[in-house]
Amino acid sequence: MPPVVVLVTTASGAADEVSLQALTLGRRIAAGGPVHALVLADEAAAAGLGDWGATEVHVARHAAFTRAAPDAAARVLGDLADQVGAAAVLGPGTEAGNTILARVAARAGLPFAANCTALTLGAPTTLTRSRWGGSLLEEAALHADRAIVTTAPHAIAAEPVSGVAAPAPAATVTPFDARLDEADLAVRVVDRVPAAAGGLSLAEAKVVVSGGRGVGSAEGFRPVEELAGLLGAAVGCSRAVTISGWRSHTDQVGQTGTKIAPNLYIAAGISGATQHLAGARGAKKILAINKDAEAPIMAAADYAVIGDLHAILPAISAEIRRARGA
Amino acid sequence: MKVLVGIKSVPAVAGRIALTPDGRAIDTKHLGFAIGPHEECAVEQAVRLIEADGGEAVVVTLGPASALEQLRDALALGMTRAIHLVTDGQEWDPESTTEALLAAIEADEAESGAFDLILLGNEAGDSADYQVAVRLGRALGRPTITALKGLSIAGGVARCEQEVEGGRDVYELTLPAVAAVLEGINLPRFPSVPGRLRAKTKPVATSEPARPAQRLEMLRLVVPQGAAKQAQVLGHGPEAAPAVVGVLRSLGVL
Repeated sequence: MPPVVVLVTTASGAADEVSLQALTLGRRIAAGGPVHALVLADEAAAAGLGDWGATEVHVARHAAFTRAAPDAAARVLGDLADQVGAAAVLGPGTEAGNTILARVAARAGLPFAANCTALTLGAPTTLTRSRWGGSLLEEAALHADRAIVTTAPHAIAAEPVSGVAAPAPAATVTPFDARLDEADLAVRVVDRVPAAAGGLSLAEAKVVVSGGRGVGSAEGFRPVEELAGLLGAAVGCSRAVTISGWRSHTDQVGQTGTKIAPNLYIAAGISGATQHLAGARGAKKILAINKDAEAPIMAAADYAVIGDLHAILPAISAEIRRARGA
Repeated sequence: MKVLVGIKSVPAVAGRIALTPDGRAIDTKHLGFAIGPHEECAVEQAVRLIEADGGEAVVVTLGPASALEQLRDALALGMTRAIHLVTDGQEWDPESTTEALLAAIEADEAESGAFDLILLGNEAGDSADYQVAVRLGRALGRPTITALKGLSIAGGVARCEQEVEGGRDVYELTLPAVAAVLEGINLPRFPSVPGRLRAKTKPVATSEPARPAQRLEMLRLVVPQGAAKQAQVLGHGPEAAPAVVGVLRSLGVL
């Protein structure tokens, strides 16, 4: 099989999960052929990629890659693909991955399919990709000699090659000669503003309590915040809430907000629009609190309480306090 | 300041998505349409720029005749004029979308000067292709940034911010430039009644570009068969609180 090239994005010495998922798909479509991984500057992340199916790891060493420089990254990725004669170039379907792979395609004058969940190389290449935050799938034909794609986050499980019996062969790690000119460096990070300290990250919270249109006002979030406080949970909300100006967009769970993956998601006064569920799909269990027993959220929830959240949330908080003997 | 915003008219999907019998489109018999969420913020950003600095903000869309309604919505919010690239309703892949927009941009710039800034949504609400801004920027030879959560312009330089793990990355792009914004970069205003009235008389230029062969060719759409759940009803009203606490305990949350 012709070679496959995979962009592996990293953070402080480790490949990110979505890149390992892309590498897993890359290995499958290479079907025993060479799998070239490209790492930008982060030498420490390169060594372990053999375990995930890379046969050769190329580390682009250039001062530009200590911070994001998407055109420079695309230049190097495209050059590597040309050099090895890649049949496919893959990357993670993250903001960073999508913008770099789109740039590779634009530079080469080739089509690009973002957020794929499956891919079969051929003439044409056929693929499945995610739309509406995963609420809809598209089956498509990609008419190009080189398939340029990203993988939808968490659609394909990252799978190590190392078995108990036979450890994975170590991948060779070689520096890649990054040839960059001024134009490739016009778009690059010039400064980093650190986030304000404190606050529970919505994306990483183990429990999230959200309110929707049914909360009715900014002040109406008090019982939501109270319950979240008792559970050590992050507070979230639906898009209806942020466009009404009741809460900041940083609290929004959804397709155009934060994608959450808590053990428990409590959704109060949220009808369960496609936009919202696209962000809540990662929750292990969902408890819906809603006046409308027929709301779409009920088909996504594991548990439900029917009624007015303004009466129910304080009752739950009171019951938790009672149970804790306070 | 001359700003262009590209928008897409997308179905206002609420609950479960239903498809047309041929499986090639969302059944919109019972749905309205709206400007994509990211593009709504791009419109707001453009209107704020010309409110502050003067100039004109042009809105463009590639879409069926019915997309005129979303162009009027953008005009009601304060955009100056509109360009409607009318399609027969078929989808256009991201490469052909770029080509159509590019032709419209080049024609407009030949007539009334270059756009200082071209704003798009980060990804379309429906097809989510993540690339039209990048392709436009490449074709025009202008610096391009995506996933924008902050934007300010001073002295011909756009200070652009992305939200990343641990903070915000800052880029400085020399204008003219292309930028794809994310929802949350601002809080879009609602159209006023006078705004709606003014929108009716603002100019809308139309043309009908030819749809080229699609290299990313959509074959069919599929609604994933997620295990439709039947929520276990713990009770009605505040009396359900003890049952809820029981569930919280069983899940190890308490």
